[in-house]
Amino acid sequence: MSKADAVAAILWIGVTLYAVFGGADFGAGMWDLLAGRGERGERARALIDRSIAPVWEANHVWLIFVLVVLWTAFPPAFSAVMTTLYIPLALAALGIVLRGSGFAFRHALPGPVRGPATRVFGVSSLLTPFFMGTVVGAIASGEVPADGGGDPTSSWTGVFPLVTGALFVATSAYLAAVFLVRDAGAAGDRDLQRYFARRTLAAAVVAGAAALGGIFALHSDARFVYDGLTSDGVPLVILSGICGLGALALLARGITRGLRPLAVGAVVAVIWGFFVAQYPYMVPESLTIEDAAGASATLTEVIVVFLVAGVVCLPSLGLLYVLSQRRALE
Amino acid sequence: MPDFTFPLADAGSNLLAARYQMGFTLGFHIVLASFGVAFPAVMLIAEYRGRRSGDEDALRLARRWSKAVAVLFAVGAVSGTVLSFEFGLLWPGMMNRFGDAFGIAFAIEGIFFFLEAIFIAIYIYGWKRLPGWAHFWSGVPIAISGIGGALSVIAANAWMNTPDGFSVGADGRVADVRPLDVIFNTSTFHEFVHMWVAAYLVTGFLVASVYAVAMLRGRRDRYHRLGFLIPFTVAAIAAPVQIVVGDFAARDVFEDQPAKFAAMECVYESGDDQAEHLGGICTDGEVKGSISIPGGDSLLAGFSTGTDVTGLDSIAADDQPPTPTTIHLAFDAMVGLGFAMIALAGWFAVAWRRKRDLPATPWFLRASAAAGAAAVLALECGWMVTEIGRQPWIVHGFMRVEDAVTPAQGIWWVFAFTLLIYVGLGLMAGVVLRGMARRWREAEVAEPELEAPYSPPPTRAPEAAP
Repeated sequence: MSKADAVAAILWIGVTLYAVFGGADFGAGMWDLLAGRGERGERARALIDRSIAPVWEANHVWLIFVLVVLWTAFPPAFSAVMTTLYIPLALAALGIVLRGSGFAFRHALPGPVRGPATRVFGVSSLLTPFFMGTVVGAIASGEVPADGGGDPTSSWTGVFPLVTGALFVATSAYLAAVFLVRDAGAAGDRDLQRYFARRTLAAAVVAGAAALGGIFALHSDARFVYDGLTSDGVPLVILSGICGLGALALLARGITRGLRPLAVGAVVAVIWGFFVAQYPYMVPESLTIEDAAGASATLTEVIVVFLVAGVVCLPSLGLLYVLSQRRALE
Repeated sequence: MPDFTFPLADAGSNLLAARYQMGFTLGFHIVLASFGVAFPAVMLIAEYRGRRSGDEDALRLARRWSKAVAVLFAVGAVSGTVLSFEFGLLWPGMMNRFGDAFGIAFAIEGIFFFLEAIFIAIYIYGWKRLPGWAHFWSGVPIAISGIGGALSVIAANAWMNTPDGFSVGADGRVADVRPLDVIFNTSTFHEFVHMWVAAYLVTGFLVASVYAVAMLRGRRDRYHRLGFLIPFTVAAIAAPVQIVVGDFAARDVFEDQPAKFAAMECVYESGDDQAEHLGGICTDGEVKGSISIPGGDSLLAGFSTGTDVTGLDSIAADDQPPTPTTIHLAFDAMVGLGFAMIALAGWFAVAWRRKRDLPATPWFLRASAAAGAAAVLALECGWMVTEIGRQPWIVHGFMRVEDAVTPAQGIWWVFAFTLLIYVGLGLMAGVVLRGMARRWREAEVAEPELEAPYSPPPTRAPEAAP
């Protein structure tokens, strides 16, 4: 494995963490949007608030991490993607602005402003992962030329990018529901636990359908990635399937123990399946990891920074976690 | 072939829109970033005082300020995310060729940003979960990572002004990167210290201005006095320091960035014995309508009226900053506001020495209320000098802005839309912070359970339940 491959793997770790934690955050926003007005809806909202309040911004640090590593370690890839897919990327950025401020404001201010702020938070939680999905789908289907400047509209409005957008939405909702099932259990609210278990199931069905549709679209629109997924990527695809079905089996029996690792495992396996399927490309069929890689010393620096970040940030996150589980001192 | 100049004019207009868009979003973010750097320190000073002398008012201030810190940090994180998108969306040419040098400092910033986010959450959770001094210490990493993050981002900006630590390969891409030289280029130190102190000025005067207004409205209890005194003292100490730091920074610019310095001081003809022009318009090779101090500019730049200063005439027309008047006036405004803030700090210092109290006249509080806005204005003016003064370069001497800008059209629309959203956001942030303040006032005795981003769930009081 070359140094550039190692940095690409670091980038992919960032993508994975963002997809899982950022995705769960987006999904929580969607469930918030769909929770309705009744007493149970309000209870669901309160649980969502409790679950994401301590971590909601920390989760989105991963997006900045991905962007910074991409432009620092693979400058031509960053520029090629940005000059082709600027429309969905700008819309995703807009969604992030509205979502973040909607959450901050509805959280900090009760009263009449809460309603609109909540809706802005919910709708942008839905649209942001959709546009990010279209970006990933467009990259996978080879719509981004090496020098950038690909078609600004047709590049991301094909079947595969749109299906990928839908898949991102469904997966985010699925992950969020799984986390919320656990949190409802921890809060001792059996009713809400069943409420989110049903939603996990619904999201799983939609995500499964989108994934199946994605495979067909992949076959016609993104042949390179399809071939990779059905050869080198097969073990990961199978692993994802086993995890996903296992999670469904647990849900059907009303068991919540082990649900989170299985659900997260299903998503992570697909993400790394794509990494394997794309290899050796950073941007399929236009830029390989080696071609896109920046200066050698910069790659070393990114690896060092990543290791330092792990050493410094993981214990801090652990402290936050311990503290958030601890009862208040009186 | 029809000889249309239309597309060319359009490309130029697109560049201008991209520059406005970048300038506006940066100008918005820098205020929030200043809070991120300095507000945690002000909050910790309050907590230190509270714990040291059992001062309940100081502890109450620290507790409330920590929630304002969280709101401002959250909005700042969002506006910072927008900036990282914009580097690619607006300036893909620069990122393509120089991303692996420009990004080096940014990669490090990620660590500090992450740490700051985590420890703000720990600090807020810790109010009820960590005992006494342990809670104070849990806040110290917030202040430290704010400083580290500022250093990293400033290093990236300084690199654009005085790029170092790389060579350009045959393919036009960056090669032989030396990360330490990239980070610690010649402008990093002075830009960082200047911005660091500026953050304390902006935060100190802005927070103090809130309490100055409250005192003008008659809320003159000890709590409000303390809420004024802590941030005001911080800013009052920072104000004279900033003039010294700024003086050093200007001499660095004089040595390393002659075109920017010439525009700042409106120097057209190179030579010694340059006058210092205060105000005025720089046009047609001369300054009009300024108050000029003979030899002043040379004296400030090199401690002697015999100091040679490079004028705009020695710089190729293509390489000159496009709007010297803007740069010159922004520089003068920044320095003028800086001295006004020192005068205010001096007024306070004299009164405090005499009678351990604020100056009695309401004009002091009125001036203090205005000082918050003045500090922000000075901050924006300073960044206008740095950024417009770098034009027409995006990476000084290596790449021009027109070669970096995106070919995508419609940036004016994006800019108009961004203006709309950000103005809305600014208004909302104001409403949120005012709402917090109002509810704090209403609950005089019992501390209400106020929610903030990152905060633990409120324990609902029975009467609050519907």
